Amino acid sequence: MVAYHPPKIPPHEITPEHLFLNRRGFLAAAAGSMLLTPPAAALAAGLTASPSQFKVDEPLTPEKDVTNYNNFYEFGMGKGDPAAIGGDFKPQPWSIKVGGMVGKPKEFGLEDLLAMPLEERTYRMRCVEAWSMVIPWIGFPLASLLDKVEPLGSAKYVAFETVVRPEQMPGQSGYFQPLPWPYVEGLRLDEARHPLTILAVGLYGKTLPNQNGAPVRLVVPWKYGFKGIKSIVKITLTDKQPPTTWNLSAPNEYGFYANVNPAVDHPRWSQATENRIGEGGFFGGSRRDTLPFNGYGEEVASLYAGMDLAANF
Amino acid sequence: MVALPTLPRRYHGASVWALYALGLIPAASGFYLGATGQLPGNAIKEFEHLLGIWALRFLIATLCITPIRDLFGINWIRYRRALGLLAFWYVVMHFSTYMILDKYLDFRTIIADIAKRPFITIGMAGFVMLIPLALTSNNWSIRKLGPRWNKLHKLVYVIAAAGALHFAMSVKVVGPEQMIYIALVTALLVWRLFRTRFNQWRRGPAGRPHLGRA
Repeated sequence: MVAYHPPKIPPHEITPEHLFLNRRGFLAAAAGSMLLTPPAAALAAGLTASPSQFKVDEPLTPEKDVTNYNNFYEFGMGKGDPAAIGGDFKPQPWSIKVGGMVGKPKEFGLEDLLAMPLEERTYRMRCVEAWSMVIPWIGFPLASLLDKVEPLGSAKYVAFETVVRPEQMPGQSGYFQPLPWPYVEGLRLDEARHPLTILAVGLYGKTLPNQNGAPVRLVVPWKYGFKGIKSIVKITLTDKQPPTTWNLSAPNEYGFYANVNPAVDHPRWSQATENRIGEGGFFGGSRRDTLPFNGYGEEVASLYAGMDLAANF
Repeated sequence: MVALPTLPRRYHGASVWALYALGLIPAASGFYLGATGQLPGNAIKEFEHLLGIWALRFLIATLCITPIRDLFGINWIRYRRALGLLAFWYVVMHFSTYMILDKYLDFRTIIADIAKRPFITIGMAGFVMLIPLALTSNNWSIRKLGPRWNKLHKLVYVIAAAGALHFAMSVKVVGPEQMIYIALVTALLVWRLFRTRFNQWRRGPAGRPHLGRA
């Protein structure tokens, strides 16, 4: 059971007023986005969402850290690269093709996604590199999108794909490219349909910044952050376990499941503890114990009943 | 070849001290930014990596002194001790940051890391090898040890290789940055294999053009 906690910080208190007031501008821009490129200001527009029961009784990671410390290799390998270089990326117009083993394949425009019942959900985010954040996402359950395409009984997995735009994403061009593109990820269908699994379209009361995976990304809070594929253009239901980018890159280090597990070390570092990123530099953060399934064990451990989690890491 | 203006001898001592002062600026500014919350995200890791990178840079700089003399005839040997000691102090700070700020002096985890994780084992081995070199980086040790001092300080080749390897093995994807450091260290070590022959050739029979300032 998920305990109900009233939201500590509603989005309107976090969003600067000028951005909040800009919301109308954003909605108008979003509506006209098929025809016009919206003004830059609209890209960071406010987004309203209803509070949800999914809350964490821990301080939020400051917005400046959430939006300036990112792993998004499409924009470069440095943690600051996505925020520094991501500005040229155009997240509008946008659409996601949902297909494969479904009754009704469909292409969803960004306006369709923003019209879904949006909730604010504060989740812990545990990076595989042993740091963590607490982030107020805005999004909707992936299950509600999957329902619209009516997955077939034979579908067992969901595969995701990130956009490829070398002209806007410098990490995707040049002599050295750290990963094969597109970035691909996957979930088992029951994981994808779990109520905790969301597609996020915003954070901190605003639309997603480019560096956080604009305009739409996956958030699976009990898994390591790299499962949260960004800037999604394609979702495919399938009966085979889909390939996943980091697993292809280093199979001994990154598994398909990638559930947060303090008992299974990354070969090069311990996963027993994590550095919670917080305000105030060296002395503001804290090293804390990592929780099995990132603290969401009550909700999700049953998905893996009988599985050897050390072998299926 | 354009000759660099020679630094008057009376400034030599001061220039070495200036190098120490300059060399410590990255650590000091990194510490200030990190302590005041101006390094975004994982400030401790950012600082730890900054110290590690600068340690490697100073190691590479110490290895450059000889080839610069061989190739260009510029003798900067008076700076080599400062560069080596700066490398040593950056490694000390790098390791202390890992131990204190990152791991909160959790010695069980630290020892397990050193024992189990090859890139940390290699980095630690490099650190341990640096200690005798730092301890003998003074005139008294050079006099006392005689020719053995030169032999001992050849360890720096192993240490530099360990440093570059430690860096490359620590990252998720070996990228251009790591490759550049590996290439630099490799080139500087390979130079040691050829420099005797090169110098013989350069000093060789009369009429051979003279490279640099003798």
